[in-house]
Amino acid sequence: MDFVARFGRFWLDVLERLGRAHLFLARTLGAIGSLIPRFGLLVRQLHAVGVMTLSIVLVSGLFVGMVLALQGYYLLEGFGAEAALGQAVALTLVRELGPVVTGLLFAGRAGSAMTAEIGLMKATEQLSGLEMMAVDPFKRVYAPRFFAGFLALPMLAAMFSAVGVVGGYLVGVEVLGVDAGAYWSNMQSSVAFLDDVVQGLIKACVFGFVVSWIAIFEGTDCIPTSEGVSAATTRTVVYSSLAVLGLDFVLTAIMF
Amino acid sequence: MNSRLTEILVGLFMLLFLGAMLFLAMRVSNLTGLGSSGGYTLVAEFENVGGLKSGAPVSASGVRVGQVESIAYIPEDFAAKVTLKVEAEFVDAFPEDTTASIYTAGLLGEQYIGLEAGAEDIALIDGDEITLTQSAIVLERLIGQVLFSRSGAE
Repeated sequence: MDFVARFGRFWLDVLERLGRAHLFLARTLGAIGSLIPRFGLLVRQLHAVGVMTLSIVLVSGLFVGMVLALQGYYLLEGFGAEAALGQAVALTLVRELGPVVTGLLFAGRAGSAMTAEIGLMKATEQLSGLEMMAVDPFKRVYAPRFFAGFLALPMLAAMFSAVGVVGGYLVGVEVLGVDAGAYWSNMQSSVAFLDDVVQGLIKACVFGFVVSWIAIFEGTDCIPTSEGVSAATTRTVVYSSLAVLGLDFVLTAIMF
Repeated sequence: MNSRLTEILVGLFMLLFLGAMLFLAMRVSNLTGLGSSGGYTLVAEFENVGGLKSGAPVSASGVRVGQVESIAYIPEDFAAKVTLKVEAEFVDAFPEDTTASIYTAGLLGEQYIGLEAGAEDIALIDGDEITLTQSAIVLERLIGQVLFSRSGAE
C-alpha cells in the first residue's frame, strides 16, 4: 500500500510540476510585449545566448559537414554515384543535423548557463529583491531570455547548415576529388528552399522554444541551494536533449 | 561588458545569419524567382518524363541554360507537359525545330533535359512549345525490349 501511495505521489508531483511549467510559460509569453520598449535587454540576451554560442556551433558544423562528406563518399563510391555527394550532405544537414545538433549544443552551452544564472539569482534572493522593488521578473528577466533563445537557435541552425555544406565541399571536392560542378548542381536540383531549408528552420524554432522554456523554468523552479542549482542545470541539459531528439522524430514524421 | 560592443556583436551575428540564409537560398537550394527573374519559358510535351523533377537542369551541348519549372500531366494528350525556364542570356538561341530530350547523367544520376538546336531561322520565344521531343529512356522497358528481341531471334 505504501508503495502504491509513493507511486501516486510521484505522478502527482510530476503533474503539478508540468502544470507549473505551463503557467510559467503563459506568464512569460504574456510579458513578451513589454520587450518592445526595452529592446536593449533582448540585445544583451541575444549576445549571451547567440554570439557566445556561435564559435562552438560553427566549429561543430564544419566538422559535421566534413565527416558527412567523408562517410557519404565511401558509401556512394560503391555505387559510382559520388556526384550525389552534395545532395546527401546538404539534405542531411538542412533537414536533420542542422536543427538537431544545434539544439543539443545550444542546450549544453546556452540552456545550462541560463538555468544556472536564474538559479543563482534565486539562491541569492535577487529575484525576490526585484519583486520588492516592484520590478516584474517576468518582464525583466524571463521574457528577454526566453525570446532571445527562441530567436537565436534557428539562426545558429542556419549558420550550422551553411558552414557544414562548406565543410562538405572542402573534404568532398578539395580532398576526395568529387567534381565541384556536380557537387553544387546536384545539391541545387534536389534541395528545395521551402520544403527543406524553411522546414528545417521551423524545426529549429520549435527546439528554440522548448529548450529556452525548459532552461528558464528549471532555473526558477530549482531548490535555492548550491546543490539545487547544480541539479537544475543537469536537468535542463538532460530534458532539453531528450525533448529535442523526441520532437525531431515527431516533426520529421509530420513534415517530410 | 561594454553595451556598445555587445550591440555591434549582435549586429554582426544578425548579418552572419542573413549571409547564411542567402547562401542556403542561392547556393544550396537555388531558390527560383529571386535571382532568375529574367529568362523566358518554353513548354514541351513528353510521352514519359521518367524520374524528371522540377528544378532539374536544362542544358544545351552540356552547358546549363535553365531549369525545369513544373511538370504536369495532360489527360487529353496522355502526356506530361514540362515547363522549362531558360535564362535571359539565351534569348533567341534556340530555333523552332529544337529537339528536347530527357537524358540521365550517368547510369544512376539525376535526369535532365538536353536541347539540341535545329536549323530553322525563326527562334523560339517566351511561351512557345517545343514540338520535337524524346521521352526518358525507362531502363526496365529497354531491358524488356532486349530480352524480347533476343528471344525472337532464336
